[in-house]
Amino acid sequence: MENLIALLVAAPLVGAALLLCGGKRLDRTGAWIGSLFAVASFAVAAVLFADMLGKSAEDRAVHQHLFSWIPVGGFQADVGFQLDQLSMTFVLLITGVGSLIHIYSIGYMEHDERRRRFFGYLNLFLAAMLLLVLADNYLLLYVGWEGVGLASYLLIGFWQHKPSAATAAKKAFLVNRVGDVGLSIAIMLMFTTFGTFAFGPVLAATGDTSEGKLTAIGLMLLLAACGKSAQVPLQSWLGDAMEGPTPVSALIHAATMVTAGVYLITRSGAIFNAAPDAQTAVVAVGAVTLLFGAIVGCAKDDIKKALAGSTMSQIGYMILAAGLGPIGYAFAIMHLVTHGFFKAGLFLGAGSVMHGMNDEVDMRHYGGLRKYMPVTFVTFGLGYLAIIGFPGLSGFFSKDKIIEAAFAKGGTEGWILGGAALLGAAITAFYMTRVMLMTFFGEKRWAETPGAAAPGQQVQHPHESPKVMTIPMIVLAVGSVFAGALFSVNEAFVTWLEPVTSFAHGHSPLSATAITASTIVVLLIGVGLAWQMYGRKPVPAVAPRGSLLTRAARRDLLQDDFNHIVLVRGGEHLTRTLVYLDHSVVDGAVNGTAASMGGLSGRLRQLQSGFVRSYAVQMLGGAAVLVAATLLMRGV
Amino acid sequence: MNPVYYLYLAALLFTIGAAGVLIRRNAIVVFMCIELMLNACNLAFVVFSRMHGNLDGQIIAFFTMVVAAAEVVVGLAIIVSIFRTRHTASVDDASLMKL
Amino acid sequence: MADFSFPLLTATAAVPAIGAVATAAVPAAKRTAAKWLALLFSLATFVLAVVIAVRFRPGAEGPYQLTESHAWIQDFGVRYELGVDGIAVALIALTALLIPFVILAGWHDADPLESASDSGSAAGSNSRWRPTQGFFALILAVEAMVILSFEATDVFLFYIFFEAMLIPMYFLIGGFGDRAGAHGEEQAATQRSYAAVKFLLYNLAGGLIMLAAVIGLYAVTADQLGSGTFSLQQIVEARTSGKLDFGTGTERLLFLGFFFAFAVKAPLWPLHTWLPNAMGESTSPVAVLITAVVDKVGTFAMLRFCLQLFPEASSWATPVILVLALISVIYGALLAVGQRDIKRLIAYASISHFGFIILGIFAMTTQGQSGATLYMVNHGISTAALMLVAGFLITRRGSRLIADYGGVQKVAPVLAGTFLIGGLATLSLPGLAPFISEFLVLVGTFSRYPVIGIIASVGIVLAALYVLVLYQRTMTGPVKAKVEGMPDLRARELVVVAPLIALLLFLGVYPKPLTDIVNPAVDHTLSVVDKKDPKPAVRVDAVPGAGRPGHAVHDQEVEAAK
Repeated sequence: MENLIALLVAAPLVGAALLLCGGKRLDRTGAWIGSLFAVASFAVAAVLFADMLGKSAEDRAVHQHLFSWIPVGGFQADVGFQLDQLSMTFVLLITGVGSLIHIYSIGYMEHDERRRRFFGYLNLFLAAMLLLVLADNYLLLYVGWEGVGLASYLLIGFWQHKPSAATAAKKAFLVNRVGDVGLSIAIMLMFTTFGTFAFGPVLAATGDTSEGKLTAIGLMLLLAACGKSAQVPLQSWLGDAMEGPTPVSALIHAATMVTAGVYLITRSGAIFNAAPDAQTAVVAVGAVTLLFGAIVGCAKDDIKKALAGSTMSQIGYMILAAGLGPIGYAFAIMHLVTHGFFKAGLFLGAGSVMHGMNDEVDMRHYGGLRKYMPVTFVTFGLGYLAIIGFPGLSGFFSKDKIIEAAFAKGGTEGWILGGAALLGAAITAFYMTRVMLMTFFGEKRWAETPGAAAPGQQVQHPHESPKVMTIPMIVLAVGSVFAGALFSVNEAFVTWLEPVTSFAHGHSPLSATAITASTIVVLLIGVGLAWQMYGRKPVPAVAPRGSLLTRAARRDLLQDDFNHIVLVRGGEHLTRTLVYLDHSVVDGAVNGTAASMGGLSGRLRQLQSGFVRSYAVQMLGGAAVLVAATLLMRGV
Repeated sequence: MNPVYYLYLAALLFTIGAAGVLIRRNAIVVFMCIELMLNACNLAFVVFSRMHGNLDGQIIAFFTMVVAAAEVVVGLAIIVSIFRTRHTASVDDASLMKL
Repeated sequence: MADFSFPLLTATAAVPAIGAVATAAVPAAKRTAAKWLALLFSLATFVLAVVIAVRFRPGAEGPYQLTESHAWIQDFGVRYELGVDGIAVALIALTALLIPFVILAGWHDADPLESASDSGSAAGSNSRWRPTQGFFALILAVEAMVILSFEATDVFLFYIFFEAMLIPMYFLIGGFGDRAGAHGEEQAATQRSYAAVKFLLYNLAGGLIMLAAVIGLYAVTADQLGSGTFSLQQIVEARTSGKLDFGTGTERLLFLGFFFAFAVKAPLWPLHTWLPNAMGESTSPVAVLITAVVDKVGTFAMLRFCLQLFPEASSWATPVILVLALISVIYGALLAVGQRDIKRLIAYASISHFGFIILGIFAMTTQGQSGATLYMVNHGISTAALMLVAGFLITRRGSRLIADYGGVQKVAPVLAGTFLIGGLATLSLPGLAPFISEFLVLVGTFSRYPVIGIIASVGIVLAALYVLVLYQRTMTGPVKAKVEGMPDLRARELVVVAPLIALLLFLGVYPKPLTDIVNPAVDHTLSVVDKKDPKPAVRVDAVPGAGRPGHAVHDQEVEAAK
């Protein structure tokens, strides 16, 4: 059965190769072929899952060793897969949500003439992402890690003719590369410390290693996670990444790829458990990002960017949970899965809205759409209720557990983290209600006839999306509603993951009931505040100037400005200076030598007068010097 | 007689020849002065041969004569052709053999 | 020798040499015949290189195989000695592989200008001016000399070919350039001859200093061994057995003499400035020849001659060389970011990559040196892919300036796609071959010099920056005026690019054939230098329950082999 693991990766890879090399012949059928390979991968995953369920908890992890990849001295990298409960969870999420989004894209990309390539890239992404979660060593994980980065680059920049898309793609890749350096240094550290970088031996050997080394490895892994999962300080790319087609935002920049950082930290749990300093850094990053993303999400008028801020914030929750150690890993992954459902659903809903609104993304030009797009409204609404943690829906179960675990961290730290998580929950409720109200409720702020349209505004004929798009949305909405409850029955999810991530019950200073109650209270506060601001009075079609914080949040809390001034401008100056120096100093030294040689020989040339008699004098003089020298030497 | 005197003579002849090469402009005269220098060398070689009691010097003297003869052939040909084209035999006028 | 064996190594070098003469002798009117002839000979060379690779037995007794040895200049102990180790086999294969692509890519680069044939069509037919024949003959001549310098195990023999290849290279750079320069033919010709002279002078200066060291080497061996020798194997043996002792000062001087020449060729900062000029001004196939083939002789010679002849001096110089290599890595990448000319950008990227190679060589670890050798091969292939596609692009538009392009992706998607893959290989994306070599070099460096390893890792980010900026500015965005109607890759061009890309993918997924050949040679080099890999801090085997079955089997096999 374990021989099937390779098939999981191979299926979408074959699809990608077929679609990218197939040429124009496949233009018409490309979308279906791509979706077929995605679904095939999901089918294999389902078979493997059924098989895994049939085994006892200890025997569930299976390995498939393919071949020796890079054997050089003590450096032995293999291509091998490891499928345990953690990878299985991810595989199901990736192939499941991935298949749904493939199907959705058939409708969404129907009119794009380059859709064959789009599906090729999507398949490539699936293959890379599956490689990432299935690899049995860090180096192979790194291949998947950069592979998803490449797919993300290609898909963000899919509409390459738009300079903004091309720039966003480049930015995403570069920022990710900074994180990748962290991963590559972590692997090097593992190699010098343990002599290997396969999961099994490394994670088993943490007990014998000095804490300093483990902290260094942990911090490097955290850097990698920050890059891929858009955590502060490497979060700046995610907002721009919304330039990509919306299915891409749903699949890559919400449900799967951006959660890779959480996977990395959870997978490396043994390292972090033995390095408390690194764990502190992880929870700090998580807590800061969950507030950062939430604040940014409150100010954005672009529906996708608002959702992107929300993604950042929710992943902040997961990173925070993963940083708490055994009391949090399982909840991090649980939130990751439920988030995969409701955030993918929200993005697909946003895509559906855009699809019906001529690709308009500004929420200030929406309004009152619930009547025109009932299915989208309902599915989006369920996703909304799930993400704000409405009691009974999946977000409620997973987020509540994280908040509880944060308090259980203990001491002042626990209070700070728990407080931040609660505050985040309030802001989440606020900005998601804002999105909901601005899009589906209130007066319509768009025009159906050219006469009524404001300057620069398009004429809109909002309509519901075709079935091929709404069905995936419905499936995801069902997941958003029930997944959390399903996972929480008898702590099913925690039991399932425990053999891999280990689990410990946290002891929170507040009782679980108190925490649940306060979560619901802050939720109501957030919703109420948003209702007060956006529900009771009409939303202006042009954004008001806003407070200082709002303006800063619109500009991603000025992080981009900082990057631009320090890194971009500074870098430009540096390279320009270096180009100048290379020409004038390094090359100049050589050219100067050449020039002075030329000058010297020009002067020496004067001696060549052409007059025979002057040559004769030189010869005579030379002979005289030679004779004199000989005599002198003799004399000595 | 002391053979050293012959060496003095050879040195004197060489000096005269060298001075002539440096001072005179007429190519023919310069040429004759070169011959004078060569012959001064020949004289010195013969004297050394006598002094050391072997034939090496005399053999080299013969070599010199052969070289001198060859040089005369080539050199006079050049001088004649320069004279034909330029109607002058002054060495200072032919200064074009430079870069 | 009792049993006569076919002189395979000589033949592999002789075929392109004969090809060069034959191509040069083709009459002026039969240009196309000359091209096919050159291609045929280069393919024959490739077949012979494959035969070498097949006959080579990795891990067999002795450092060199397929050896040939004949007396040559007996008075000075110069012998015609050839032999290959795994590193040489890999590089010979690379050279023989790339030359057919270079010839195919430069198919029309040396055709006489149409305007010239118009002005003297009558004179053109019976003119003895044969640029096409010359171009391809020179390429084959370079190939012959490069192959011989990879094969030579006699220091003097190596020196001869190391220097002699400058002559055809000089003519290739100075004589053939891109058709329409931005500034007109006259100025292009001036810049071209500047580049050619600069190339020649830099390399000659290095070569002359090396000559002095070669003579010094002879003097020392003549002094201490009784009869002077240039034979690498003899000198290494005499040194390990203690019969030969250079003395610290002499050894360092000789080392510097050799290293200087190789550092110019490689090129190492601050001796690099000839490369951007040479690559910028020559046609892109010639630029590939420079950076992918000829420059490799420099780094190869560091491994074969500098380390093995002068191990102690190599260790002595290591800190300085590592710092210079590190500067090359960062400096080359930063300058690549600042370039406005596509070809110069690729040239500076190459400088950065050569920094990595030298870093790997002088880290003196198995991973570093194997990585460096793989890097030489992979860099050859990836730069060839990127540079040749860039050349196709430049031929279409007649400009090397990045700013003249934009939106190519829209009109020529295949061209843009192959360019992107070449670029991704250049930035060492995992899954493509250069990743493996770059990571090995970094690991090898890191395990001995962590700080240098970490700083070099910054090069990874910078590589992404210059590649993606180049791609963004040329290929994406709105279509520029003169880019419209640009044809996509033609069949001939696809034949050039597709195999290179396939090879990049294959070696990225399954590099084992290459590492199997290279590893024994690296082990030999390191044993001569007397360096061992640093041990990991924690012995994983000591941890109970650690290690997977696969690894256990591997360890057992290793022990059984011992």
